[in-house]
Amino acid sequence: MNYVLDFSVVFEKMPDLLVAALATIGLALAGMSLALVIGVIGVAARTSNIRPLRAAVIAFVEVVRNTPFLVQIFFIFFALPMMGIRLNPTVTAIIALAINGGAYAIEIIRGGVDSVHKGQVEAGLALGLHKAQVFRLIVLKPALRAIYPSLTSQFIMLTLTTSVCTSIAAYELTSVAQIIESDTFRSFEVYFTITLMYLAISWMMMGLFALISRHFFNYPMR
Amino acid sequence: MGVIGQNELLFLLQGLKWTLLLSAIGFIGGGLFGLIIALARTSAHSALRKSAAGYISVFQGTPLLMQLFVVYYGIALLGVSIEAWVAVAIAFTLHASAFLGEIWRGGIQAIPKGQSEAANALGLHYVSRMKDVVLPQALKVSLPATVGFLVQLIKGTSLAAIVGFIELARAGQIVSNQTYRPLLVFGIVGAIYFVICWPLSLYGAQLEKRMAKAAR
Repeated sequence: MNYVLDFSVVFEKMPDLLVAALATIGLALAGMSLALVIGVIGVAARTSNIRPLRAAVIAFVEVVRNTPFLVQIFFIFFALPMMGIRLNPTVTAIIALAINGGAYAIEIIRGGVDSVHKGQVEAGLALGLHKAQVFRLIVLKPALRAIYPSLTSQFIMLTLTTSVCTSIAAYELTSVAQIIESDTFRSFEVYFTITLMYLAISWMMMGLFALISRHFFNYPMR
Repeated sequence: MGVIGQNELLFLLQGLKWTLLLSAIGFIGGGLFGLIIALARTSAHSALRKSAAGYISVFQGTPLLMQLFVVYYGIALLGVSIEAWVAVAIAFTLHASAFLGEIWRGGIQAIPKGQSEAANALGLHYVSRMKDVVLPQALKVSLPATVGFLVQLIKGTSLAAIVGFIELARAGQIVSNQTYRPLLVFGIVGAIYFVICWPLSLYGAQLEKRMAKAAR
């Protein structure tokens, strides 16, 4: 049997794929933003004086980081309706991405916060700044700079992970590709093409992150 | 709603067997191939360096799920008929080789240049310079990251479920469909992954802490 590659069916569907690629980027951006919010809130809770709160954050981070995203998304997909919350799969996917990304963000941001010298915090407090002000002005910004490389590579990972959201039929690039595949039976052609699209998306993001870093963190280290 | 009885648990354990097997094959195969990638990435030939860098950046820039799909259907295109688990194992091996290659490249480059210069001056040729001087230290430095990647890989094998391969996550899906108890089933499945991955993560973190202390 001689198989002849035929990409023409894939090119016919290119408009659909491009829209789906935009949906993937949207999914990733929504997931990242929420993950960042969870990350900052989580670190604040992680460093609070309330012991059960600290323990809860630690447990959350460890559970999420040591179980597969696929299992998490299935769990959330079935858990939400049981709690009486009915959402469409794409919104559910965003929640799952935010929870997964949030756990990693907490770990990364905590590392950054730990990297800020204690004396600086004490100096801020001695100058009469509020605890919240110290956190925002003295801890957060230098910490952001310290964690920028690992945070952005985690964001790229999150973007690539959006492909797993096809398992609950969220609207994104992989699920659209799976529909095209089942219509055309051109499995290899379809997946090869969208693999290149994912590559383009992640390279674009890396370029963008590098650009942002050059703009915002261009002051000398010390 | 069905009950989660002995049969269901046994079925999940069957799936677990494949999860562990796929992880082991991916880690060992990826380790051997990844060593070649790491050596190519740090070699004196720029063509080798560039192709290794390209290989790594393609695998780090695409979803693992796509790598599974492309390898799975790509092998079928070649007209070779192999069993599904072999195709999946090949995909995980390629994936792991890129990530381990990059981790170990970092380790190799972290070893002070004086080490290989000294080995060179002593008349050691490339193979023994690498095997006896650079690599033992480089692998030790990269051990925490290597353990961290092993956890990623074990979790990653769950994606074989989407290709239809019955490992732990897919077994969970099947049991969940049969018993209509998704929360309980995925709770159990998640707990099994956690029991495997968490000790590894703790070990990796502990190694890292110990090395940070030693470096001070």
